[in-house]
Amino acid sequence: MSFLIDYIRTVYKSVRSLLIGMRKTGYYFTHHKEIITQNYPENRDTLNLPERFRGEVVMTHNEANEHRCTGCTACELACPNGTIKIVTKFDITPEGKKKKALDTFVYHLELCTMCNLCIEACPTSAIKMDQAFEHSVYDRRLLTKKLNKPDSKLMEGVE
Amino acid sequence: MLSIAGIANSIHQWLNETFSSGWATLLEFVLVGILVISFFAFLGLVLVFMERKVSAYMQLRVGPNRVGYKGLAQTLADTIKLVVKEGLTPDGADKFLFNFAPFLVLIASMLLMAPIAFAKDFQIWDINIGVLYITAISSISVIGVLMAGWSSNNKYSLLGAMRSGAQIVSYELSAGLAIMTIVILAGSIRLSDIIASQENGWWIFKGHIPAIIAFVIYIIAVTAETNRAPFDLAEAESELTAGFHTEYSGMKFALFFLSEYVNIFIVCAIGATLFLGGWMPLHIGHWEGFNHIMDFIPSSLWFMGKTFFLIFLIMWFRWTFPRLRIDQLLNLEWKYLLPISLFNLLLVTFIALMGWYF
Repeated sequence: MSFLIDYIRTVYKSVRSLLIGMRKTGYYFTHHKEIITQNYPENRDTLNLPERFRGEVVMTHNEANEHRCTGCTACELACPNGTIKIVTKFDITPEGKKKKALDTFVYHLELCTMCNLCIEACPTSAIKMDQAFEHSVYDRRLLTKKLNKPDSKLMEGVE
Repeated sequence: MLSIAGIANSIHQWLNETFSSGWATLLEFVLVGILVISFFAFLGLVLVFMERKVSAYMQLRVGPNRVGYKGLAQTLADTIKLVVKEGLTPDGADKFLFNFAPFLVLIASMLLMAPIAFAKDFQIWDINIGVLYITAISSISVIGVLMAGWSSNNKYSLLGAMRSGAQIVSYELSAGLAIMTIVILAGSIRLSDIIASQENGWWIFKGHIPAIIAFVIYIIAVTAETNRAPFDLAEAESELTAGFHTEYSGMKFALFFLSEYVNIFIVCAIGATLFLGGWMPLHIGHWEGFNHIMDFIPSSLWFMGKTFFLIFLIMWFRWTFPRLRIDQLLNLEWKYLLPISLFNLLLVTFIALMGWYF
């Protein structure tokens, strides 16, 4: 007898759970305001990207054209597929000492998988993810970018 | 009054007056063939578009919306692409079976069109063993599927075809038993008699609980028989790439694709005929006024409305439920659907004998 009760209970429970699923999809079918896809080329000006969307790596600069990169190569070591190449130089400090500094931050966009590991590795928060995503170009050499702006310097107090 | 049956009758009369009766019959064969083929093409276009739109809205997407007005020409564009594409035959394939299989599947679907009543007095062939004919012919398509899987010389195709065969053979039992329920209630296996017996109410209302159980079982079983999700193990995209039609391309693939959608239409049309009264308008007992108003809606619209409602239901299943494993699939059939439908058959026989239905 308990077998029969179990059997009927299984049928009842499974039918109920299936109906819950169908109610959800039925709700989505009748409520078109829930749709999350956007008509992309038409709404280019009003495009609403999610907060965590990652498009490319950029380096932040302030108004005085100063960045926060010390050239420590932590991002280069963190990158799993060799997207980042850091070229360093030696600056002469006012005391006459030699100090290692960033010369060129080379970023190969064509190799980047937007994994965010470089941003997490950076000790000085010099780089961040930007949301620009229209990267198509006719020559792939154009995808190799120099992230630090020309004549930019290291920000005061960033070690 | 202008009706589909009237048009068909006047064409029949005109043909018989103009030609001798033998030629008239032959011309009618040709006309019916052309009509069925063009109806297939129309169904393919409409159902594929409907499926894509329904799935899109259920998954919070928009669906096709670029080609033509609101994307309506999308399936037409897809068809043109498929017709133009090369129909490749693999080198190791059994050429004859490989090229014949899609046609066999489509022919099985075409034969099933014969006993369906599309409108009042509008039926290709009102055969007196209608329900038996339907259950018999619908099991032919599995041969086409097995043929396609075997002749492709591809392990995924063979696995898909074998799964499909196991599935169709086992689910035919409960589909057949669900149909039997209505046959017992209606007391006939001629489809026009079954429809006529629903003049004072559809069987799903008149047969109360047993009819509803049979209806649910029928819908589940035909979803499995047409190889659709959640029972689409035969063509599980993620495991077997496409199952039995992995090696097909171009127009031969299109025929398989078309027959899938045509089969959905057919099983829904049969479900609508048996449980929802076919072309019969919604009649409630002796409410003369209400019944009279319902009669003003054309019978073909009633039939199409009911069929498309069932098609929508099956699409709703597909885009809601996850796919079953093969053991779950066979458990569901042999441990749940078959015992329940056998018990249900007993119950409905008792009810029919006692005359407890309305």
